[in-house]
Amino acid sequence: MQKVTAKKITPKFSENGSHNASEKRLEVLKTYKIYVGGQFPRTESGRYYIATNSKADKLANMCLCSRKDFRDAVVSARGAFGGWSARAAFNRGQILYRIAEMLEGRKAQFIEELIKQDATPAQAEAEVNVAIDRLIYYSGWCDKFQQVFSSVNPVASSHFNFSTPEPTGVVAAIAPQNSSLIGLVSIVAPIIAGGNSCIVLASSGKPLCAVTFGEVLNSSDLPGGVVNILTGKVSELLPYFADHMDVNATVYCEKDEASQKLIKEKSALNVKRIVTYDKTDWLSDQGQSPYFIMDFQEIKTTWHPIENIGGAKAGY
Amino acid sequence: MAKAIKNNTIKLKFDSARNLAPAPESKSAATIKDRYELFINGEFQKPLSKKYFASINPATEEKLSEVAEANTADVNKAVEAARTAYEKVWKKTSPKERAKYIYRIARMVQERARELAIIETLDGGKPIRESRDFDVPTAANHFFYYAGWADKLEYAFPNRNAQPLGVAGQIIPWNFPLLMAAWKIAPALATGNTVVLKPAEGTPLTALKLAEIIQEADLPPGVVNIITGAGETGAAIVNHPDINKIAFTGSTNVGKIIQKAIAGTNKKATLELGGKAANIIFEDAPIDQAVEGVINGIFFNQGHVCCAGSRLFVQESVAKVVIQKLKDRMESLIVGDPMDKNTDIGAINSKEQLGIINNYLAIGQKEGAEMYQSSCAIPKKGYFCRPTIFTGVAQSSRIAQEEIFGPVLTIQTFRTEDEVIEKANNTPFGLSAGVWTDKGSKIFNMTTKLRAGVVWANTYNKFDPTSPFGGYKESGYGREGGLHGLSAYVDIV
Repeated sequence: MQKVTAKKITPKFSENGSHNASEKRLEVLKTYKIYVGGQFPRTESGRYYIATNSKADKLANMCLCSRKDFRDAVVSARGAFGGWSARAAFNRGQILYRIAEMLEGRKAQFIEELIKQDATPAQAEAEVNVAIDRLIYYSGWCDKFQQVFSSVNPVASSHFNFSTPEPTGVVAAIAPQNSSLIGLVSIVAPIIAGGNSCIVLASSGKPLCAVTFGEVLNSSDLPGGVVNILTGKVSELLPYFADHMDVNATVYCEKDEASQKLIKEKSALNVKRIVTYDKTDWLSDQGQSPYFIMDFQEIKTTWHPIENIGGAKAGY
Repeated sequence: MAKAIKNNTIKLKFDSARNLAPAPESKSAATIKDRYELFINGEFQKPLSKKYFASINPATEEKLSEVAEANTADVNKAVEAARTAYEKVWKKTSPKERAKYIYRIARMVQERARELAIIETLDGGKPIRESRDFDVPTAANHFFYYAGWADKLEYAFPNRNAQPLGVAGQIIPWNFPLLMAAWKIAPALATGNTVVLKPAEGTPLTALKLAEIIQEADLPPGVVNIITGAGETGAAIVNHPDINKIAFTGSTNVGKIIQKAIAGTNKKATLELGGKAANIIFEDAPIDQAVEGVINGIFFNQGHVCCAGSRLFVQESVAKVVIQKLKDRMESLIVGDPMDKNTDIGAINSKEQLGIINNYLAIGQKEGAEMYQSSCAIPKKGYFCRPTIFTGVAQSSRIAQEEIFGPVLTIQTFRTEDEVIEKANNTPFGLSAGVWTDKGSKIFNMTTKLRAGVVWANTYNKFDPTSPFGGYKESGYGREGGLHGLSAYVDIV
């Protein structure tokens, strides 16, 4: 196969389109908004916080999301759940693959953002690579985990009986706080691979990649509302993630025991499933498994009688 | 146009059917002691609390026996016994030997099936036909099924290694006392855990009989401890720091209290809670079978079933005929002495529960629904409730929203599949559902879209040890039964 190499094109014009070579082009800064219902609104609260790196350089103004933003996001997620869970598993796999493709295409942007948020170039590239590969990994599981975790049950009566996994519903997740991209991707991928919809709160300290990842999702044929990404303070939003009555499961990834207790207590209000990942290294292979998909699945068992009147047996 | 709807049913002569000669099961095949102690560390021990409470036969209001009331100190003792047995014995017992102990228990339950059935009926009020043909054999089968898993766990969790959790605290309800004990104990033992089990305070006797069987089976002391008591005993188990896992079957309210109580701990939990199942009849359903299924769905075990089909949805075009047939069939149900082999509906489990049911009957009428009860006579003594249906029920009615846990069916109608799916799923519960139609593709549309853990199509209230059982949403989490029931008792590493 012939190797294709892109020709480097030297622009005839200077970068800012003007012929005045002495004038430096002013960079267009990106406005980081949130991703809700397939759109990029600002927080309804009008509040913001400043994302910085470890040297306290200002990186961007981030939306400081409110309880209302979260509630709006739950409405979007609930609205999207029925359609997403009813998609063919194969189609979900294709969309997850598409997300990986889009991320691959925008690799440079993510690397740049990770470097801004204190990663070395090598770390940044490695993290983006793992994130892409993780999406491919879960893309493949979309139409396979059901086979691995289903059963046909040999009941003693004259019935056909089988058990299959079905998505739990709307999942409210607080993404791992110590990473900008891989934590978020590792949480979101198994949730949506299994047909759930979700609201995910980005890392407060390293929020840039989450918003940019929203842009990747938005260009990947993922229906709006399946993934909703908020930015803000964990301490402010955490109680709402746990006590909302239309959320079916909560995810938390930090070791903070007081917060874990709060989440578990509030989750009891509507018997939410609580998933805690406080020991997982998301950059390693330990960070991916079909069992992560199963954390957001319910087992449904279906019964139907088998007619058993005549004496014929399948003897041949 | 003629107003009368043609009903092809040949009306049965109920008078003659109702006058069946009594066929009572004999009490002599069962021994009930005057007093039962706590089963801790392989022995029946007097409670440190020094207190006892009575267990009543709800069909006669007579005292059957008295049982020990475990206080916190007793719970501590039981948990300590379970911990020691776990660390010193059970953890080290090879899986195949574990299996053989459980098989032995299964066999002994089968051997003493008649006695267990009699005690179950006396203590809980359920018809002897159900204890004999359903509760006891299914309990034995459950032990038999899980016994075989003990040495095959590596096949259950692909690419993972299943490790026991430690000590399991198990709290079970009064509707299927022996069967629930089997559902809890069998998978826990098969996966290598030890157990502290508390039966419901109203129905402790078959669990204590099971304790005798376990003792006779020579299960190492402390592997299974069975202690009796009410809510406080349960709370002491839930809050005990040395318990690794709580398995609870009961009301959604108590389930929520338990989930909250263990919030600050690493205890794992499975909760099997309440339900308000939709049972849906389409116009193309085999109507007579469907009516039979609806009757079984709501009146089985006096309706004391978390997965009871308590909300009936009938497609408008067949509503009239279905309701008429239901009424006819209800007339033929025999309500009365649970020990009589002809009885269909036995005694309500307790005075308290009868009060709750009667309160809902009043609420339903006050809300404007039309109540119909069969005309049968009910015994003067004991706690009984006539089979009841409500028509003209609104989706928002409390009787259509809340779990009644009695022989009470609400009936609503619908026109389209979409409408009934919406109505059926519009509840915080999600334990079970039923669908009746002759069309296969419609069945699968419905069974996929109903948000419930168990869906019966053209059948209802079927259970099997190999079949996972458990709910969506506020009906709880985790599964009991089948391959999936194993995960409730293991850490996968």
